[in-house]
Amino acid sequence: MPVKVMIPSPLRPYAGKRDSAEFSARTVGEALGHLTAEFGDLRKHLFTEDGKLRSFVNVYVNDEDIRYLAKENTPTKDGDTISIIPSIAGGCI
Amino acid sequence: MATTVQPQTGTKPAASLSNEEILRYSRHLIMPEVGMDGQLKLKNAKVLLIGTGGLGAPLGLYLAAAGVGKLGLVDFDVVDFTNLQRQVTFGTSDVGKSKSEAARARLANLNPDIQIQSFETQLTSANALELFKDFDIIVDGTDNFPTRYLVNDACILLKKPNVYGSIFRFEGQATVFGMPDGPCYRCLYPEPPPPGLVPSCAEGGVLGVLPGIVGSIQAMETIKLILGRGDNLVGRLLLFDALGMKFRELKLRKNPNCPVCGTHPTITKLIDYYEFCGVRGEEAPGPTVQVPEITPRELKARLDRGDDLFILDVREPHEYQICNLKGHLLPLGELTRRVHELDSSREIVAHCRSGKRSAEAVDFLRKAGFRKILNLKGGILAWSDEVDPSVPKY
Repeated sequence: MPVKVMIPSPLRPYAGKRDSAEFSARTVGEALGHLTAEFGDLRKHLFTEDGKLRSFVNVYVNDEDIRYLAKENTPTKDGDTISIIPSIAGGCI
Repeated sequence: MATTVQPQTGTKPAASLSNEEILRYSRHLIMPEVGMDGQLKLKNAKVLLIGTGGLGAPLGLYLAAAGVGKLGLVDFDVVDFTNLQRQVTFGTSDVGKSKSEAARARLANLNPDIQIQSFETQLTSANALELFKDFDIIVDGTDNFPTRYLVNDACILLKKPNVYGSIFRFEGQATVFGMPDGPCYRCLYPEPPPPGLVPSCAEGGVLGVLPGIVGSIQAMETIKLILGRGDNLVGRLLLFDALGMKFRELKLRKNPNCPVCGTHPTITKLIDYYEFCGVRGEEAPGPTVQVPEITPRELKARLDRGDDLFILDVREPHEYQICNLKGHLLPLGELTRRVHELDSSREIVAHCRSGKRSAEAVDFLRKAGFRKILNLKGGILAWSDEVDPSVPKY
């Protein structure tokens, strides 16, 4: 059972309108690498030009923020869910 | 663990309820979790709502109905026809009126026993601390990043809880920031996304019920903070997916290096949040890139003359269904892939709803070698205003 990456709705237009994708990956970085290889348009939304994860995009493995684990080197195991949580501001005044 | 928010400000707290109030709040009073003590806490509580729109609507209605003694409503906007699809505080007759004032009137009718203050002003770094100081809890129902960071920082500086909610299309987030030992918005998102990368509700749309659900969660958290009951969302980010009808939660941690709530804060007073978010004042209307344009009247005259013009509509198919100028539909997002469908020898007029997306399309096509291409200034909205009012605006 591979790792599931949840794609939030603001980013779905860049991911073929998919809400999730599954990859075999040993780390978060590897899974996101597979994701952006499959959906090239996602890359600039997730990573800076020098390949660092953007500061307004948070990534979780299950319910833990990877910033407090081993960041992109955080190990993943089969069945884990990786969530990408971008900031949204809407309240619709 | 439940955390009670003690009223910090104001005069002598109310110690009893009138008979009329006892009847009104009877369904609260007979619950041991609220009871007379809880209802008096609500009566003595002072809550400030930032924004009276989609999230502010259920917030205002439920907090007023629950008997929160003092409600402040901050909004500089006026009620717009497109607001009525979700901002249920307002009625059709409120269109054109000040939102904070229309909401005040509606809530005063709902509960005449509470004090409601409307602030018809934009929340800024200059007025935030002054506005917040008279309230115990701040509820963030705004729609933009600069104000979210401003609300967060002001709450941290004044040590006031910030009940947070945010929505996009079918998804919502809610949590409570600004509690002692709890994280703040900057712990979650140290920086905002650059302008233009994340679409606003006006661009992305929102299902009308969604702010109703997320705003109701914020109202519930606010009431729990006042009562000191239950487990609140401190340290937990609640995610709601309306399409999948799923709730999930993620752990939020206080960042010891947070620039505003960390151990060595570098932000000790309010800053320029528009500059911080990369926005200079109000977003400039119209196209972001400079491209050759044609006005709706010029286009009409040329079409009437029988000029050979190719109308390129770069909106989405569902927008084409709302109204169209019988153009060739090719959504902006598919332009790179489908550019071969266009004939660069013909004269092309590109349009969208407001002229912004089509300006991007014209810019792209010019760079791709198209020379005879113009952007319809103001898009289909301007066409409706200046040429054909039978075309609906959306």
